[in-house]
Amino acid sequence: MNELPQQLVNGLLLGSMYGLVAIGYTMVYGIVQLINFAHGEIFMTGAFGALTVYMYILPDGTSMLIALPLMLIGAVIVSTTVAVGAERFAYRPLRGAPRLAPLITAIGLSLALQQAVWAWYPDAKSARPFPQIDGGPFHIGDVTIQTGDIFLLIAAPVSMALLGYFVMRTRTGRGMQATAQDPDTAKLMGVNTDRIIVVAFALGAVFAAVGGVAYGLKYGQIEFKMGFILGLKAFTAAVLGGIGNIYGAMIGGVVLGVAETLATAYIADIPGLDKFGSQSWADVWAFILLILVLLFRPQGLLGERVADRA
Amino acid sequence: MRQRSLIAITAALAAGALTLTACGSRDDDGGSDSGNGGGGTTVVIGVDAPLTGDLSALGLGIKNSADLAAKTANKEKTVDGITFKVEALDDQGQPSVGQQNASSFVANKDVLGVVGPLNSSVGESMQKVFDTAKLVEVSPANTGPSLTQGPDWRNKKVRQYKSYFRTATTDAIQGPFAAQYVYNDAKKKKVFVIDDKKTYGAGLAATFTEEFKKLGGQVVGTEHINPDTKDFSSVATKVKNSGADVVYYGGEYPQAGPLSKQIKEAGAKIPLVGGDGIKDDTFIKLAGPASTGDLATSVGAPVEELPSAKKFVADYKAGGYKEDYAAYGGYSYDSAWAIIEAVKKVVGDNDGKLPDDARAKVTEAMQNVSFDGVTGKVSFDEFGDATNKQLTVYSVENGAFNDVKSGTYTG
Repeated sequence: MNELPQQLVNGLLLGSMYGLVAIGYTMVYGIVQLINFAHGEIFMTGAFGALTVYMYILPDGTSMLIALPLMLIGAVIVSTTVAVGAERFAYRPLRGAPRLAPLITAIGLSLALQQAVWAWYPDAKSARPFPQIDGGPFHIGDVTIQTGDIFLLIAAPVSMALLGYFVMRTRTGRGMQATAQDPDTAKLMGVNTDRIIVVAFALGAVFAAVGGVAYGLKYGQIEFKMGFILGLKAFTAAVLGGIGNIYGAMIGGVVLGVAETLATAYIADIPGLDKFGSQSWADVWAFILLILVLLFRPQGLLGERVADRA
Repeated sequence: MRQRSLIAITAALAAGALTLTACGSRDDDGGSDSGNGGGGTTVVIGVDAPLTGDLSALGLGIKNSADLAAKTANKEKTVDGITFKVEALDDQGQPSVGQQNASSFVANKDVLGVVGPLNSSVGESMQKVFDTAKLVEVSPANTGPSLTQGPDWRNKKVRQYKSYFRTATTDAIQGPFAAQYVYNDAKKKKVFVIDDKKTYGAGLAATFTEEFKKLGGQVVGTEHINPDTKDFSSVATKVKNSGADVVYYGGEYPQAGPLSKQIKEAGAKIPLVGGDGIKDDTFIKLAGPASTGDLATSVGAPVEELPSAKKFVADYKAGGYKEDYAAYGGYSYDSAWAIIEAVKKVVGDNDGKLPDDARAKVTEAMQNVSFDGVTGKVSFDEFGDATNKQLTVYSVENGAFNDVKSGTYTG
């Protein structure tokens, strides 16, 4: 049986999740040139926000059809609050400081958020089960899609389209573009750059929250350290797609996800490489791909704007 | 250009951060109040186990059971003039943290024995530290054969460290035992073997594979997963297309749960079989209802059914511990009790007082310890391995592990 379509779907799903988180990295970077390493933890707090709504606010046995939108709202509220709070109290005081200061702050914040959830969220010292959507898997030809994945398959493109509309068509969105191109001039032209920066953090957090809910639905469990590795992967995806470019983040995510999956599935079949084909090597192949892309296109797949500005 | 170098620095930092996650020390002094019994000298029994993180369900069971042994000894005045106290350190399942903990125990002069660790890889990092200090270590859960019998244990067994003992059976027995059950009793002939590349998982998978092939079974695929991720979908698809009728997984439940779930979701309705590392209720919680029919082997006979364990189970309940004693409770109790017995012998030989070289004496005495414990007769062979080599197969039914068959592997 041909395994390729299923593996491509596996990679697409994994990659969509990377992409959703990568958007937060890329937007914040595009506007303030800060790599917000705490973004993986914003993704994690979003997932815990959704779990809180389900476990502690909704009555027992609420149907997922009703619960899911409310969980999404809960996730968005929590992660946006954390992200905006981080911007206000951790990053804004360092706005004029050398680049490394906010970067180190971001890493510190990342650890602090992980430990805060570890210490104070009930039973979060090991993985907590996440509510699942009932219903069997769907079969399309050779491809099986799980119920939990449907959410990701719909949410990723829809939120991408909404973001595209927002950035291109709305006043705030154009303000974001202006700030990204030249913050000082944008300020002189009457753009409230402080507000724009907050909006960038908040929007990134919304996407991370959607990603967090998708993670819970897909894997059935969430934990305090789930944002760390995924955050690094998402950051990689953002660089791969061209950091600063929102479409690049999604494309970078999908390319990375598909590369990892295909490496797991097929590298072992290449004669002489059978030792390097298992899943534990998938990251190695994904990063080799990243290096190759950056060798030939240092600005990333779609990242022209960054190169202009640098 | 500044931008470019910023990205380079960031990448370097990211790589550094990745490595550093393994080191974050989160010491839990967990000093338990072990009651006031004997009075006089206090002897500390160290416990090293993962008390937080993925494997904490097993680790906390180890800590509590060792604590129960200390309290029981104090209450029954097992060793006159000595009060036992348990001090637990958290290794988070990380070899580097385990080694730091080992040094802390060595530095504490009151520590005369250590129960733990859970993971074979952590055990590897601690052995030498303890051996140099002649501090005895009894693991309730390490199953890697090389820990006692040397890296070349298949051909030539060599005792590694005089201070290392364990109450658990080794993978040299556990893997083949599972293979025989899968091939002879469950009648599965085509296996897909997966491991997590850690000392425990890879070792178990290797001994299973060897015996399974010897019996005439076929290995239709192998895969090594990355324990840091939860996405095993590509592996699951491979398993499905391999035509295997059973999956063997060498590793622990935080990965085994999602792995089992995703394999079944991919459409391969075949059982996942694992070792004692997956035999925890958390596995069933993570794998969901699809885990019904999954199998796990575990060391010893089921604690609930041993007459010798009735008292332990009752005392544990009465002790009011918040967490379950989990897979290694009985072995942890016996490990701690072995230390208590050794201390008793040393004190008895020295007119009721601790000698100056108590650590070395306790290590020496451990070799000849023999008593009836929770899990049966407890004593150690010339390598420091338990002489009790019982194993049990458990199967997941109605959301719980039920024992199916007990026995021992005889080659």
